[in-house]
Amino acid sequence: MPTRFIAIWFRHLQTDWSIRRQPELREVPFVLAAPDHGRMKITAANIPAQAQGIDTGMAVADARALVPSLQVLDEVAGLSEKLLTALGHWCIRYTPVAAIDPPDGLILDISGCSHLWGGEVPYLEDIRSRLRDFGYDVRAAIADTIGAAWAVARYGRVTPVVPPYEQQAHLLPLPPAALRLDPEVLERLHKLGLYQVGSFINMPRSALRRRFGQGLLQRLDQALGMEPEIPAPLQRPEPYEERLPSLEPIMTATGITIALERLLEALCRRLQKEEKGLRNARLKCYRVDNEVQEVSIGTNRPSHNSRHLFKLFDQHISQIAPGLGIELFVLEASRVEAVSTAQEALWSRAGNLDDRMVAELLDRLTGKIGAGIVHRYLPDQHHWPERSFKQAPSLQESPGIAWRTDRPRPIRLLAEPALIEVSAPIPDYPPMLFRYKGELHRVKKADGPERIEREWWLETGAHRDYYCVEDEKGQRYWLFRLGHYDVDQPHQWFIHGFFA
Amino acid sequence: MPTTKADIIAQLQKDILLLQGHQPTLNNAAVDVGLGPLREAFPGGVFPTGYIHELISMGAEDAAATSGFLSGILGCLMQEGGICIWISTNRMIFPPALQHFGIAPDQVVFVDVSRDKDALWAMEEALKCNGLAAVVGELKEISFTASRRLQLAVEQSKVTGFVHRHQPRQLTSTTCVARWQITPLVSEQEERMPGPGFPSWQVALLKMRSGKPGTWRLTWYDNRFHIIPEAVTALPLTPLRKIG
Repeated sequence: MPTRFIAIWFRHLQTDWSIRRQPELREVPFVLAAPDHGRMKITAANIPAQAQGIDTGMAVADARALVPSLQVLDEVAGLSEKLLTALGHWCIRYTPVAAIDPPDGLILDISGCSHLWGGEVPYLEDIRSRLRDFGYDVRAAIADTIGAAWAVARYGRVTPVVPPYEQQAHLLPLPPAALRLDPEVLERLHKLGLYQVGSFINMPRSALRRRFGQGLLQRLDQALGMEPEIPAPLQRPEPYEERLPSLEPIMTATGITIALERLLEALCRRLQKEEKGLRNARLKCYRVDNEVQEVSIGTNRPSHNSRHLFKLFDQHISQIAPGLGIELFVLEASRVEAVSTAQEALWSRAGNLDDRMVAELLDRLTGKIGAGIVHRYLPDQHHWPERSFKQAPSLQESPGIAWRTDRPRPIRLLAEPALIEVSAPIPDYPPMLFRYKGELHRVKKADGPERIEREWWLETGAHRDYYCVEDEKGQRYWLFRLGHYDVDQPHQWFIHGFFA
Repeated sequence: MPTTKADIIAQLQKDILLLQGHQPTLNNAAVDVGLGPLREAFPGGVFPTGYIHELISMGAEDAAATSGFLSGILGCLMQEGGICIWISTNRMIFPPALQHFGIAPDQVVFVDVSRDKDALWAMEEALKCNGLAAVVGELKEISFTASRRLQLAVEQSKVTGFVHRHQPRQLTSTTCVARWQITPLVSEQEERMPGPGFPSWQVALLKMRSGKPGTWRLTWYDNRFHIIPEAVTALPLTPLRKIG
């Protein structure tokens, strides 16, 4: 069974949309125009305008000369993309794989779908008539390949449904433009008198490549089905997804809880079987009034423990507004990673960072209070105190270098060094007394200085001369003087930390 | 069958402790927090792990002394790669300095929250997790109810919890097993060595359930606590001197 595609061509996509919004425009010639190089250029024209010889690409002034009563509307930027996306989503009722084909088409992969409508002809007729009811002028065709369907939809004269494996016969009488070629290639083919696909399809491939480039061969192969072409679907199917429709709309938290438990059970069973664990998951609740409520969670390490995941979701259930009721729950695992099956330790007194329970605890904390509250630090190769440690990217990361203990470091450090008043003998003796927060401290013992240079490749500024001092009450501080003594400017002393 | 008088008394003391609701630590021989000199103060002569300890500090210097003392205990609890969760509302701990107290700083997971309420919730959750060596909470106020919740959590998991209350408004009663207050002491230097000496603290055990409160003078070097001998004549202070 070959794959089957529908190509839908909206012949007057933008003007049809304008008519849908302003029905009085149906009978009058009008165009959409956008500024281009200082003049207004026509980007779309409706059928009455085209009947009077107006086409896209003309200047508005020229068109006005032809039809004085012509109405000109401003083009809405990005409109066709937006319309096609909306229409593509609507087409998901016919097939799960719908893709847009800018500027004016849709591609649907209908393999195995059409029998639900009683065959391909009624299926195609249904799509066409519904789209026509919306007011869109469409042509559509079914073929084995996207290229053939595209060609028949736009240039075919005989039948819109190409039977399986017969695309070549249907392509032969069509013009080369049906192969989606570049304008230069088309022009060259035209100059050589090749007005039909059939007139060059049997030429030697090397000759075609030499004269028209690889592009022509590729398009030909795609149309004939010798080279696969895969459309990019609008709605990417999540590989790990569970759905739970509910007969009656669900409005209570208990109901949501039960639904979530069932979904997680099913998803985790599948993940467990495949030795996968989820890192990010999203619960979508489709309400009866077409609103979608979403909550998402993340974990520190891949997990397929449904009880743990339920706890993470549980913290967010209160954020779901059920409104008039939820009729469909969808649980998607947007990020899934392989889970390393850890060997269970038989008996350990204290856990370590590989412990699943610790990771789950941290997930719960971040889930409840907010992201970015969990920090773990590794040593960094800097002398500058604020940079001597760095945030660890994960819980499992082990330090690459040893923590330094050869220098005294205070157990508590101020986030910002605080300015203090000091009397100290020059040139570089420790202070005799200093005042911090209004209290006078007489220094009895001191050690230093330990000079720490600022890393000039990272930032500019003066170095610091650190002193460990102890006052008469036994309180120990870490003070520093910023830079050298200078005649012009007063020297600055700071307190940076407290020793134990 | 106990034979000597001392054995009988020891057995009776153990029984009394059980009657008073003190659960002996399961593998009590394995956990030694290095507070050897303070052994008399603890029920049964063993530092009570699996309970909540409360530490009080007023000034910034007291807080540093308390953090140092606490780190010393944690260093012993976190042997064999155990990990500690350190929850704080206003964190000032300088991670590289923890190494001086026998803690690998990368074995500590810091959780920074903004409110006492969140800190207490996080602490309760962490204490329920028995994969941890210890949980530290740095906060300001803890109510009786909140401390009881923490106590209930540790009774299940046997994790040791420390609540470091910095500048509490008043010392309300809590269910914590012990209340400590640590203040810095003038450090002593041998042989007129210049500079500040090893960290020295006055450790006051204000409250100890089924134990004896008291006050000790401790110092920390060689990766363990040492008691400062009482009869020490104050050394003449070294003059200020430039070193290095």
